[in-house]
Formats: sequence, C-alpha cells, structure tokens
Amino acid sequence: MTINRRKFLGATVAASAALSAPMALAAGTGKPRVVVIGGGAGGATAARYIAKDSKGEIDVTLIEPTRTYYTCFFSNLYLGGFKEMDELGHSYGGLAAAGVNVIHDWAIGVDRDSKQVTLAGGAKLTYDKLVLSPGIDFVDNAVAGWDVTAQNAMPHAYKGGSQTELLKAQLAAMPEGGVFAMVAPPNPYRCPPGPYERVSMVAHYLKANNPTAKIIVADPKPKFSKMALFQEGWANNYGGMIDWVGEEFGGGNVEVDPNGMTLSIDGEVVSVDVCNVIPAMKAGKIAEIAGVTQGNWAPVNAADMSSKADADVYVLGDASQQGDMPKSGFSANSQAKVCANAIRGALTGSRVFPAKFSNTCWSLIDTDNGVKVGATYEATDEKIAKVDGFISSTGESSEVRKATYLESEGWYSGITADMFG
Amino acid sequence: MLLDFSRIGLCVTLAVSAFSAHAESVGDPDAGKKVYRKCASCHMVGDDARDRVGPNLNNIIGAPAANIDGVKYSKALKNAAADGLVWDEAALNAFLEAPKKYLPGTRMSFRGLTKSSERADVIAYLATYSDSSIAPEAGFSVSPEILAMDGDVAYGEYLGSECTTCHLSSGANDGIPGITGWDEADFVTAMHAYKEKYRDNSVMQMVTGRLANDEIAALAAYFKSLGN
Repeated sequence: MTINRRKFLGATVAASAALSAPMALAAGTGKPRVVVIGGGAGGATAARYIAKDSKGEIDVTLIEPTRTYYTCFFSNLYLGGFKEMDELGHSYGGLAAAGVNVIHDWAIGVDRDSKQVTLAGGAKLTYDKLVLSPGIDFVDNAVAGWDVTAQNAMPHAYKGGSQTELLKAQLAAMPEGGVFAMVAPPNPYRCPPGPYERVSMVAHYLKANNPTAKIIVADPKPKFSKMALFQEGWANNYGGMIDWVGEEFGGGNVEVDPNGMTLSIDGEVVSVDVCNVIPAMKAGKIAEIAGVTQGNWAPVNAADMSSKADADVYVLGDASQQGDMPKSGFSANSQAKVCANAIRGALTGSRVFPAKFSNTCWSLIDTDNGVKVGATYEATDEKIAKVDGFISSTGESSEVRKATYLESEGWYSGITADMFG
Repeated sequence: MLLDFSRIGLCVTLAVSAFSAHAESVGDPDAGKKVYRKCASCHMVGDDARDRVGPNLNNIIGAPAANIDGVKYSKALKNAAADGLVWDEAALNAFLEAPKKYLPGTRMSFRGLTKSSERADVIAYLATYSDSSIAPEAGFSVSPEILAMDGDVAYGEYLGSECTTCHLSSGANDGIPGITGWDEADFVTAMHAYKEKYRDNSVMQMVTGRLANDEIAALAAYFKSLGN
C-alpha cells in the first residue's frame, strides 16, 4: 500500500513538472486530463459527455464513493409506493463503457496550486480541469437539537439510498393514528418542491395504510414551490390529514429531541412517531475544501459553470451558486452539458456553443396526479438568468394530470440514460 | 372505369379535408385513448396487438393501405391501396369522418366520427403506437425557406443534449416519444408547431420557444443522423 502510494506520488511529481509546460498533459497518457468529483446528475453527465464527445482525446476520471447510485429524484415515489428502490439504483458500467475511468473512493483534498485531488485511499490525481459536482451537505446547527449523528432517529432522507429506505421503514412502522412530522428547509435547497411532494407521498401511503395518522410540517418559509398546486391536492385528496405550519405561525422556530422523539414548534411540544428533519443546506464538503465556496455555496460564471475563484475548476448542480436555476437533478444535468462543451473546447479546440439551460420539475401529488414547473435560462455576465417558464394550473383535468405523471416517468428514463449511458 | 371513379373520389375528399383542417385539430393522445374505445371492439393496438375483425393498428400512421398479410381487406380498400393510398393524417381524418363515403365498399361498419377534435385526438393516440412518431401537422405549415434550411449537425448535437434529458437517444418511447430518425421536414414542422403553441405541451412549448430557425434545422439534422 505504502509502496504503491509512493510510486503514485512519484508519477505525480513528474506530472507536475509537465504542468509547467505550456500544454498541460496528464501523467502517462499524454492527453489533457479532466477529473470529475461526484457521480450524480451533474458529475456523471459531465464525465459521460466529455468522454463521449471528445472520442478519446481527453482522459476523464470520475470519483464517486458509491458503486450503485440511488437517485434522490423520484425517491419520494418510493416512499409513496410507486417505485421500488431497485428502480432508482444505477451502476457506473455505462460510463466505463463510454471511456470514463470510474474510481469508487472519496475525494478528501484538492490542491488548486498543484492541480491535484487526493483520495481517501491515498492516491493523488492531477487534472487540467476539475469538475466538482458534490451535491449538498447540511449546515451545522441548522435545526436545534439535530445533527448528523441523529440522522438514524430523525432521518433527512435528502440524499438518495439508505436514508430513504430508513424513512420508509419508519413510516411503515408508525402506530395507528400516529404523527409524521417534517421540518422543512429554508431557501435555497435541493429540489424546491421535494419536501411537499414527499408530504403528498407520505399522505398517500398513510391514507391507504394508516388513515387516522396525521402529518405536521414545520416550515421556516412563508410560501413554497407549487404551493397552490400542492395545497389544492392536499385538500382534495388528503383532507384533514396534513397540517402545514408556515413562517407566520412559527414554523421556523423549531427544536427537536431525537431521544425523546419530540418536536417543538414555536414553543409547543408535540410527540412524534417519525420526524423527517431536512436541515438548511450547503455545497458538498469537497467544494469548501477546494476553497471555491463563498458562504454556503460555490459561485460560478454562468457562461461555462467555471468557479469564480479558479478558471480551471467548475462547479455543477446543487453546490453551485449560479443565479436563477433551482437546485435540481434536471438543472445539474443541463449545466453539465454546457460545462462539458466548454471544457472540451478549452482542452481540444472543439467548437464551443452558447450556454443554454433549462429545467423542469415534476411532482406527484397522488396516483396519476402529476404537476410540473419549468423554465429556460441563459447566461448573462452576472448569473444564469431566467428567460421563460410555465407551471401546471390548479383545476386541471385528471387526463392532463395523468399525462403529466407519465411524462415524468419518461423523463426519469431519459435523464438516467443521459447520465449513466 | 370503376377504379378511375374511385380515384377521383379520393382526390376530391382529400382536398376537402385538407381545406377544412383547422388549427385546433392537432390532437391530444390522452383524449384520443377514450375515443379509441369505439374502435377497440374490432382493432387492437399496442404490445401484443393481433389482427381481429379489423387489422391491428400499430404503425398505421404513414402506412400504405391494406399492407398486412393475412387480413381480408375489402376490394375497395385494395383498389385504393393499388392507387397509392397511404394512411397519413389527412387520409385517416377523411376516412374516419365518414368511412362509407370516403371508401364505398369498405368492410368497416363504423358510422364515423363527426367531431373533428375526436378524429384529431384518436389519430394522435394512434400516432403514439406508430414509428413515425407524429402525424404530419394538419393545417399547420412552415415556409419552404425554413424547410429548406441546411442544419448544422454539430450544433444540433450540442442543442440536442437539452432534448436527451427527456427523450431517449436510443429512439425508444418510454413515456416520452422517440425523436431520432425523423424525416427532417416533419421534425422542423413539429418544432415550429410547438413554438407557435399549435401543439400542446408546456415543456415543448417552452423549449422550442427560444429556438431560432437555424437551431431547429440543426436539431432536425442531428436527430435524423442518429437513425431509427
């Protein structure tokens, strides 16, 4: 192990010498080298597009700890019983087939001066261009009484996989007539309609399995994404089950006790059977380690998603602070393609086209009752700026809502194929 | 003599139907599914569809008439097929309005769909089971100059990455239609129909809303290049 590491370091030193030459080359391959950290909607897409479109001219390495990636998007549908966990899991075999070197490890260090990434396993990788797409982490002390050590008692379930399964298990184990509580996050956060789709899916599950149960949502915000659509859906489908406590009624003044399983909202203590705490969010930790964050997020240039702190580092998706786009898998995927085009142009001289971004978020309220919101965006000097958008209407026919749901399923197939090949 | 007569009849009917096609007649496949119940006692469509009293309707859009082996077609339909009848949207629209008038001697004992919206809807529904994924636009057209534009395939590949967030690049339909291998004119027409809000899908209207003519041409050229 030590010997291997020394060998690796030796190679890296040689590569560092090469880096000082005008044309940057990666160790061994003689090709420009891109390292991508994070294999979700931003990182997997960027890695795949750079490898696919450069047809072997660029050496692309993806660092992702998990071997099977469980999407956070559609995880609410698993809670509602509309999807199996297996349907949300994706392997990286397609990326490897597209020519991406996939390394399952944690990136624990970024040295931007020597252009090196350090992995938990000890390896150091050099890059000409670094793409950070680490998703989100949680802000410390955002919810009084909660930290990540409490995530088994009170799951966030805001990263796909085991947390989602835990929350589902807790939901299924609720006593008859029990209380499911959610502490909703403040803006900005991953997937703006996500908490409210989750409330809908939990209500759907409880209506069938535990109809006298109650749902309480403590929310620090006065309003939320697709609010009118969700509230209409809750009233029509889950009348009386859901109690949403917004900012006005102290929804932001909460404290939890993971041992006693209580939630205090504006001083009023409620005993809860399940407590889904979704704390305030920040960029995934590696962005902070790389020194490209300002506050909680990593500011980027809209034209190519490059970091405002370093022209050779790019930040995609939830971790970036880019302007008007919501933090979503769709957005990350859209940003990744603009970024991939720019990186390929910079490293191989291929054509670079103007940045165009788009996003659509579908949410499921009840069986065959889907709604959507979307917008297009463009790059300005200051930010990614919204161009045009739409949102589903209240009072739509069941046919329209069903078509919207079927469209969301088509999107899931599309985006996961676009990410993972 | 009889053949000639039927050919004249066909031409007249087609001309009338094209003339009467209205902007609102672009169909809704979901509404069409309901309308299709009237057809379903004789015609199957979709996976495992078999020929029953009537032939299965998979890939009917754009298909030459009377082309399935083993189906007993009427002499009238076989004659029309020999004269080159293709089930494009205009022909289906005219046939479904009044089958026995459109094709005297047809075996199809169906009174017809008098509402143009129902015809458009059921055609849109059938189009979801057809490889030529859309019906040609009735009553909507783009200028010959726009249709004649040469698309920049490399630009189309970049722009097309926005499409493949939802549309499978394999061309498969998994809830959202495949868009590869289309005839470029059909593709361009469909995109402009969304852009002009003539076709009804809010995501497509949004995405096409900011595409310039040359960008639509580029997309058409790129997705055509991917093949079926």
